[in-house]
Amino acid sequence: MDKYIKAPISNEEAKSLRSGDYVYITGKIYTARDAAHKRMYEALERGESLPIDMKNNIIYYMGPSPAREGRAIGSAGPTTSSRMDKYAPSLLDLGLKGMIGKGKRLNTVKEAIVRNGAVYFAAVGGAGALLSKCIIKSTVIAYEDLGTEAIRELEVVDFPVIVVIDSEGNNLYETAIEKYKVE
Amino acid sequence: MIRKISADEITKNVKEMCIEANYTLSSDMDETMRNIGKKESSPLGKQILAQLTENLDIAQNDNIPICQDTGMAIIFLKIGQDVHIEGAGIEDAVNEGVRQGYKEGYLRKSVVGDPIYRENTKDNTPAVIHYEIVPGDKIEITVAPKGFGSENMSRVFMLKPSDGIEGVKEAVLTAVKDAGPNACPPMVVGVGIGGSFEKCALMAKKALTRNIKTRSEIPYVRELENELLEKINNSGIGPGGLGGNITALAVNVDTYPTHIAGLPVGINICCHVNRHSVRTI
Repeated sequence: MDKYIKAPISNEEAKSLRSGDYVYITGKIYTARDAAHKRMYEALERGESLPIDMKNNIIYYMGPSPAREGRAIGSAGPTTSSRMDKYAPSLLDLGLKGMIGKGKRLNTVKEAIVRNGAVYFAAVGGAGALLSKCIIKSTVIAYEDLGTEAIRELEVVDFPVIVVIDSEGNNLYETAIEKYKVE
Repeated sequence: MIRKISADEITKNVKEMCIEANYTLSSDMDETMRNIGKKESSPLGKQILAQLTENLDIAQNDNIPICQDTGMAIIFLKIGQDVHIEGAGIEDAVNEGVRQGYKEGYLRKSVVGDPIYRENTKDNTPAVIHYEIVPGDKIEITVAPKGFGSENMSRVFMLKPSDGIEGVKEAVLTAVKDAGPNACPPMVVGVGIGGSFEKCALMAKKALTRNIKTRSEIPYVRELENELLEKINNSGIGPGGLGGNITALAVNVDTYPTHIAGLPVGINICCHVNRHSVRTI
C-alpha cells in the first residue's frame, strides 16, 4: 500500500512499514556510499564520533552526478547496497532507522534491521534523472574531499521508495521473485 | 594511400560521444524500453518500467544524465591500417576526450587511480581502450560508458568441453540469478563463448554494443539467445528485482574458435541503461 512518511523517521513509523509498501519520503535524509562508510567505520573503531547522528535517520546509498547551475543536484539514483553490508550493522546499532539503496543484503544486515526495528528501502535503480526531481536541496556536510562520495544532507519531497526488508525481517526480493517464477 | 586524421578530431568526437551516450540511449534500446511495459504482468513491475520510460524523457528534456553512474568509459577503436594519426598519441587523445566530455557534460567522475588506495582521479580518466587494426582508411569509435552495479555481477566461467551447450546455459542463468536486483534489471546480457580467458570476456563486453533487436546469424546461437532470454524472464526477478516476467531485454551471444581443452564463457551483464555511441571518422 502507498504510505507517506517524514524523515527522520520515528521508531513507531519504522515498525509500521511492511515489505512491499510503496513509500513517499519527505524531510531530511543523508547520502553515504562506499568511501564515506569506510571512513565512518574507521572513525568508530578509533572511538571517535561520526559526522552525522544516526538516531532515527535515513541513509541513501547514492553518489550524484554534478548539478548544473541553478539545480539542486544532478542525476541521483541508488547504488548497490551490498557493498555497505560490512558497515551497516554498526550504524543500525547506533540508531540508524532506514537505508535506501538497491539489491540484496547479507543476513547480518537483516538481523541488525530486525534487532533495531529499522527498514531497508529500494529506490528504482537507473532512474536517477526522475529521482533527482524529488530532491530540492543538497548540502555537503562531511568528507568533502570524497567528491561524489561525500556525505550530503538532502531535502526530499515525496521521494519514492519500496520497502524491501521490514522490521520483522520480511524480504520482498525473496517473496516477489517466488511469485513470478515459472519453473 | 595513407589518410591523415588529427588526434584533435579523435578527442572532439570522444568528448561528444561521452556526453551523447549518457543522455540518450541508442534507438534499439530506447524503443525496447518504451514498449516492454506492455509485456510485464506484475503491477509493481509495470510501474517501475513506466518510471524508467519517464526517466528517459526527463534525461532528454531536462538535460540530466539518465543514471548518476555515468560509468567508466570503455572505448573500442577500429583503426584502418591506412590511417596515420597526427598530433598527440592516440591514448592521450582519447583520454583528453573523456576528460572534456565528463567535465562539460556534468557527468560523474567515478574512476579511482589505484584499485587499492582508491583516490579519485577527478576527471574520469583513464578510459579502458581496446584497439583493433582493420583494413581501410577510417577509424570507428565506440564509446560505451559502463556502470559498475551490473559490471560487478559479471562472470567468466572456464567450462570443460564436455559441459557443452547445457553448461553454457547453466553458467549464464547462474550469473543472472546471482545478479538479481543488484544489476538493475531489466538487463541486457552479453555472452562470449570460446576464445581464451580474456577473449570471452571481451566478446561479452562487445556483445552489449550489438543492436538488441538483431539476433545472431548462426542458427544454434540464435536459438540459444532466444532460449536464454525466455529462461531469464522465467526467473521471476523482474524490473528492479521486485518480481515480474521482464528480467532481461535481450541476450546477445558471440562465439570464437577455442582450444581443444577448453570452453571459456564470459558473461557481461548490463543494466537497462546499456549505453553506447558509435561514429566513424
